[in-house]
Amino acid sequence: MSPVLKTVHLVKIYSDGAVPVPAVRGVDLQVEPGEFVAIMGPSGSGKSSLVHMLGGLDTRTSGEIWLDGRRVDTLSESAWALLRRKKIGFVFQFFNLVANMTVADNVELPALLAGASPKEARERRESLLGALNLTERADAAPGQLSGGEQQRVALARALANQPSVLLADEPTGNLDSRNTRDVLRLLSDVHKQGQTIIMVTHDARVASLADRLVSLFDGEIVDDGRIARRRTGTAGEVIDLR
Amino acid sequence: MRLHLLALLAKEPAHGYELKQALEQTFGSAYPSPNIGQIYVTLGRLEKDGLVRAVDVEQSNRPNKKVYYLTTKGREVLMTWVDEPTEGPRVRDEFFMKLVLAPLTGIADRMALINRQRRHYLSLMGDLNDLLSRTEPGDNVAVLLIEGAMLHLQADLDWLERCQEDLT
Ligand SMILES: Nc1ncnc2c1ncn2[C@@H]1O[C@H](COP(=O)(O)OP(=O)(O)OP(=O)(O)O)[C@@H](O)[C@H]1O
Ligand SMILES: [Mg+2]
Repeated sequence: MSPVLKTVHLVKIYSDGAVPVPAVRGVDLQVEPGEFVAIMGPSGSGKSSLVHMLGGLDTRTSGEIWLDGRRVDTLSESAWALLRRKKIGFVFQFFNLVANMTVADNVELPALLAGASPKEARERRESLLGALNLTERADAAPGQLSGGEQQRVALARALANQPSVLLADEPTGNLDSRNTRDVLRLLSDVHKQGQTIIMVTHDARVASLADRLVSLFDGEIVDDGRIARRRTGTAGEVIDLR
Repeated sequence: MRLHLLALLAKEPAHGYELKQALEQTFGSAYPSPNIGQIYVTLGRLEKDGLVRAVDVEQSNRPNKKVYYLTTKGREVLMTWVDEPTEGPRVRDEFFMKLVLAPLTGIADRMALINRQRRHYLSLMGDLNDLLSRTEPGDNVAVLLIEGAMLHLQADLDWLERCQEDLT
């Protein structure tokens, strides 16, 4: 099986300020189709910088990025834009929805851009908004939504074009526990259907859905391994009431 | 468990097995199913301390069963428990001790310990997620118990990150 996504000694150094900031320092990562990878690490450890490069939203300083067997770090901005429509879904840490479009249109647009028929795009939108408990907000403008609602719309939008890779940066930051539950269910459903997911998160509930955890520290991978599934079935071992 | 049993007996007198069932019904799937032997041992001690009183009830063609009542002294102890503020969780974390002490001996490095512990916590969180999805959403007590455990685990993970920032 060839990886969906691969990086070779990927480096990001921000040099727009007085001193250059090395944010990502030689990351080698390989993600197989259908894998769910959680990325964790302290603030400033380079998580956003890394996923932004993977999604072509920021340029790399050096190293390589491969997507579906094709080298992409050398692509022009317009070539990236095309590729993103078809292959990548992105949920930003600070969600950016199109302000003057309704929620429904925000979610349908990526599917249409990726070449889905209007009917397919509408059906996909209806099912995603339904799963995230947002059907009633379909005609609202993003500005009329709460932070948590906007975040769920951003997730629905990122999944609308059934991307090869879903890249998400803290997609549950603004959610209360009930909304987190909807998001968790949707993520675990699309993961079961084979969706590849790479997700930055501080939320242990979200991270625990992943197959694999990558820990970043000072721009480097310091841990990369499976998250064990124990399935003990008995509550007593998990919840110690003391 | 002493006070939990006193609280149940304050509602109505009961025998040991009924108390086990009451605990299971109240806390649902989230409660580690109480051991019946442990319940009888605890009841015995409560009786010795004068907090409950046992009365033998005759049963046709079965051995007598003991029904337990709360005594006045038992009720006072229960009231004190309910009235006073409850201790918060104390940080007496086994992992933290290991993290601080183990590197001194040269047998482990902190980064490796933290990384392994993080994955272990996530695996526990996965179990809690499973448990929550198997719990009836209407079963408030069980759901809240699981959510409480999840929040504690999240705090442990955040703390682990702080340890990583300052100790490695
Ligand atoms: N546009 C930029 N210009 C200069 N430095 C930047 C820029 N973006 C990020 N950095 C720096 O790069 C480092 C990594 O930042 P990054 O946003 O990737 O961290 P992060 O792991 O996503 O943190 P958080 O958990 O707070 O979101 C930090 O030191 C940050 O200050
Ligand atoms: Mg970030």
